[in-house]
Amino acid sequence: MKRNGIFFWVGAVVFLIVIALITKLIGNEYPFFAGYVILQFIVLAVAWSILGGHAGYVNFGTSAFFGMGVYTAVFLFKVAGAPLLVQIAAAAAVGALMGFLLGLLTLRMQGIFFSIATIALTIVIETSITNWRYVGGAAGIQLQRPPVTWPFSGYVQMLFFVQAVLVVLAVAVSRYIQNSWIGRGLQALRDDELAAECTGVPTLKLKVLACVISGALMCAAGAPAAMYLQYADPSSAFNLNYSVSVLAMSLIGGTAHWAGPIVGAILLASTQQLLTVTISSEVNVLVLGVMLVLFVVAAPEGLIGLLRRLLRKEGK
Amino acid sequence: MTPSGTDAPLLQISGLTKRFGGFTALDNVSVDIRPGERFGLIGPNGSGKTTLINCISGAFRTEARTVLFRGEDITQLPAHVRTRRGIARSFQIPRPFKSMTVVENLMVALDFAVATDPMVSAADRHDTAMSILTGMGLASKADASATTLSQVELRKMELARAMATRPKLLISDEAMAGLSSSEVDEVLDLLMSLADHDITVIMIEHIMQAVMRFSQRVMCLEAGKIIAIGAPNEVMANQRVQEAYLGT
Amino acid sequence: MFSFELLLDAVVIGVLLGCFYAAVSLGLSVSFGLLDVPHVAHPAFLVLASYAVYVLNEHYGIDPLLAGLLITPFLFVFGLAAYRLYYETFEKRGSDAGVRGIAFFFGIAFIIEVLIILQFGVDQRSVTATYVGKALRIGDMRIPFRLIVAFVVAAALTILLTLYLSKTFMGRAIRAVAQDQEALRLMGANPIQIKQWAFGIATAVLGVAGALLIIVAPVEPTLDRTYIGRTFCVVVMAGLGSMSGTLVAAIILGVAETIVLTLFGASWAPAISFAMLLGILAVRPQGLFGRRS
Repeated sequence: MKRNGIFFWVGAVVFLIVIALITKLIGNEYPFFAGYVILQFIVLAVAWSILGGHAGYVNFGTSAFFGMGVYTAVFLFKVAGAPLLVQIAAAAAVGALMGFLLGLLTLRMQGIFFSIATIALTIVIETSITNWRYVGGAAGIQLQRPPVTWPFSGYVQMLFFVQAVLVVLAVAVSRYIQNSWIGRGLQALRDDELAAECTGVPTLKLKVLACVISGALMCAAGAPAAMYLQYADPSSAFNLNYSVSVLAMSLIGGTAHWAGPIVGAILLASTQQLLTVTISSEVNVLVLGVMLVLFVVAAPEGLIGLLRRLLRKEGK
Repeated sequence: MTPSGTDAPLLQISGLTKRFGGFTALDNVSVDIRPGERFGLIGPNGSGKTTLINCISGAFRTEARTVLFRGEDITQLPAHVRTRRGIARSFQIPRPFKSMTVVENLMVALDFAVATDPMVSAADRHDTAMSILTGMGLASKADASATTLSQVELRKMELARAMATRPKLLISDEAMAGLSSSEVDEVLDLLMSLADHDITVIMIEHIMQAVMRFSQRVMCLEAGKIIAIGAPNEVMANQRVQEAYLGT
Repeated sequence: MFSFELLLDAVVIGVLLGCFYAAVSLGLSVSFGLLDVPHVAHPAFLVLASYAVYVLNEHYGIDPLLAGLLITPFLFVFGLAAYRLYYETFEKRGSDAGVRGIAFFFGIAFIIEVLIILQFGVDQRSVTATYVGKALRIGDMRIPFRLIVAFVVAAALTILLTLYLSKTFMGRAIRAVAQDQEALRLMGANPIQIKQWAFGIATAVLGVAGALLIIVAPVEPTLDRTYIGRTFCVVVMAGLGSMSGTLVAAIILGVAETIVLTLFGASWAPAISFAMLLGILAVRPQGLFGRRS
């Protein structure tokens, strides 16, 4: 276990160094725009899986958390001109609070009721923000270009690197959870919540913990998006597409291992970028829906599950 | 084996009433269970036996001071805390953790229900789990997925997992239902040996010979009320009990 | 700006609208309320049906309600097939089905939405009929004819379905399978076939319901998202499996929406059904006339 830990952290540091170098070496801005989106989805999918994969509670409110991250950043920027790091930290706090309330909600609602409640929350929050003039209301709000700090040459490169740091953070947290008592408790909870509770697993505490961590990370991932687009409006920030995309990425990648959502996110986000640019955004959503249905029907354990089965066959 | 010399009851139920909407599942039930006792709980279907178990284990909430365990009011405590305090139960229909192996099922109990000394390593806990499984005759299935077990093996694992929580009180909810007579004997022997280790056992069963052999005291419920309580043969001979089962 | 007439107007419109909401939720009352299928694609099927009605109306001049009746048998067969697929893939396998079942239906809903966009574009579509566009005047109130039509048809549909479930053999079998599948199996009936039939009916009802949808207001491809809130709010508030409860709950929703619309404007309208849904789930999840206590 310890050797794995060293491998992981060395890998993470190497990853960040590579990212930093890329921001220096590549002059064209486009790869960073696309890369930002992919990294953002990795964070969202990994964060989603903490609740959806380990605990088995399907959260359709990813859009709500992401949107609140965007608008927390917008609000702080408008009110106090807050720097990016403060925006992200505040978004994480907001996400943690939302997660806490969501966790308490699981007491009353399980299974599909929980999932539908998360959709309902998204719409209610979106409608509330749409009616809030201060942050632009339905028309949206424009933001000025953020100040660029050394060593980055442009704000896109900077945001790209920030999102990469969030990726490392999210993956580290997810990996820790999986390997720890939290992960084991969540697994029992997912298998049979009542039996887990009667076997001594503090199910409510674990559910709330998973919701808080998941929520904080998803909200944090949304915060830089306001600066990335220099624009925010409710229907894009709270778009249900985020919920479905992230769900698809996690399920297609496979939720049994922390690497699953990473694989799913890279695959789907890249495909999405490609399709939106080359064909159309509608075809992109179509492909997303079809892949989701196919995997859910034919390969429920996702790509990671398929890989495991392949390796097991080879081993025999 | 006679109950230990302490006078204080292990479990005290006082005036327990549980309603669901307009339906009264338990009506003013009061009973004391002595430490080390072998207690049988019988009654026709729907009489409130499982409801009583759910109230004791914490799956259902009840009014204050209706359930006392080792002298303390546990009615405000969630189920997992009651498990840590020493109340374990098995389920009428076994509820295994299907994504885990048999030994992993027990490890959940050892990881969460037992106050662990940080010096005790995972390997030691694994050994403890294995010894429990060996005592149950399940050692050969330790690394098998829980989904591959037969009915009687599932029942045994259910009991093993309850045992792994190191309970003072174990409630077995119809662990023998649907088993063959030799399998019934296996489970009965298991429960008897638990009683030998100073664990108080409440057994819910419909198989009367098992109840008679096992219990020192028997209580019969009907429509949420206690209709008889006492030595097994007394309760069995009780006319109201016979009517409740045969129906008039 | 509060006036009694305005409020009365809102209530009347709300009741009519509520009946319409009942009609579009009936299918879900059966598929989710009785069969426990996590059918978040129900509104997508509804919108798909309404587009089919649009095509028949636009290109062949068929009256929308008639068109709705025409597509009903196709929808029935589609429902049979859809349930078979769902059962074989998810319900049979048990445990993990919950997560994947919901994800499956969400995927289907998205696919339907996009296919509609690709075929028809994002613009609104509406139907032409004699009763669309005119209104009935009672005193100072102006009640659009299309709402009256929707009300009458919806009421008829609800009564028919309630009668079917309580009076016919198959209907009672469906209610029985919702309560105790095992008991039914012991009595020699095949619960899977019964559920399949029930899902077929739940989908078939969407033919007329889809017609009502496009009669009451123009449709566009993403309309299903709003209706997830409305239909699930109605079904959950009614209490799973209660048909008459569906009507009551739907009317409550209709009136609530119209009143909020009148008092606070349209920008809050999309959230009402979702907010009510949240409220019911938090306070009384078994609904008003719940199946299970």
